[in-house]
Amino acid sequence: MTATRLPAAERSGIVRDGLAVGLATGAYGVSFGAVAVTSGLTVLQTCALSLLMFTGASQFALVGVVAAGGAPLSGAATALLLGTRNTLYGLRMAPLLQWRGWRRAAAAHVLIDESTAMSINRGSVPAARLGFVSTGTAVFVLWNAATAVGAIGGQVLGDPRTYGLDAAVGAAFLALLWPRLRDRRSQAVAGGAVLVALLLVPLTPAGVPVLAAGGVALLAGALGERGAGGRPA
Amino acid sequence: MTWTVLLAACLGCYLLKLAGLSLPARVLARPLVQRVADLIPVALLAALVAVQVWSEGSRLVLDARTAGLAFAVVALLLRAPFLVVVVGAAATAALLRALG
Repeated sequence: MTATRLPAAERSGIVRDGLAVGLATGAYGVSFGAVAVTSGLTVLQTCALSLLMFTGASQFALVGVVAAGGAPLSGAATALLLGTRNTLYGLRMAPLLQWRGWRRAAAAHVLIDESTAMSINRGSVPAARLGFVSTGTAVFVLWNAATAVGAIGGQVLGDPRTYGLDAAVGAAFLALLWPRLRDRRSQAVAGGAVLVALLLVPLTPAGVPVLAAGGVALLAGALGERGAGGRPA
Repeated sequence: MTWTVLLAACLGCYLLKLAGLSLPARVLARPLVQRVADLIPVALLAALVAVQVWSEGSRLVLDARTAGLAFAVVALLLRAPFLVVVVGAAATAALLRALG
């Protein structure tokens, strides 16, 4: 399954799927751009985040923590912790993509939720690669274009609260969280994390509550081993 | 937000991606690593929702953002697309503030 050519119909199907995903996620880049600028980042910083960080949840987290008055360092730490899920995707994708050298270095930049989802179930290496590249490229181009539009638009909006943009950030996080709440363990961890974070809000500097809530995941992961005795979660 | 912190966070996020494509796959074979890796985004995102919606500096508050979140829950239950969820939540909060 190395260099076999894909049938034309399969190729165009995969590329079309990638473009569709790109359009959908590109659209929410507008909200990221607007929220980032109204949180106090410059247009240039906002665009740099989409170009260089290029992983939506981490970008929203960095901006969200800073907007809530948190130290930029705790915002960055939250962004990095959220970025660890891309490491997990990479471990699963490496045997499917089989890239080395500069190709691997370039692929790493577009290793995100969407490109993984659109290539992990393909039947062959060429199909997985095509799904990965077409989705990754489509999302990258549209996400960055949309960020710029949102950032420039957000600048002229004035007070973000008038437009409910502060409420939009919470909704964005919930939408990212939603598909991960399928099993009981995840629901319990989410509930525990909310409690820990809210308990700490009055007691600690901004940014700390979110990081501390990450401890709930560590605890649940460690307890899971003992409690479940190897049962799938 | 300083450029140094911003660029360092970008570099860190890239290295996390590259590590995934470069590390041996057996790292994932440890169930503890897999479980914690699956649960960390859940905990962080849930905490981010809570802090974003119910805090104002170091105070806990209940305001128009809660209504926005309620809209988001309903929209997600109805399988609305991301943009509808986010824009609808903002519009709900904005409307409440305009009325109040």
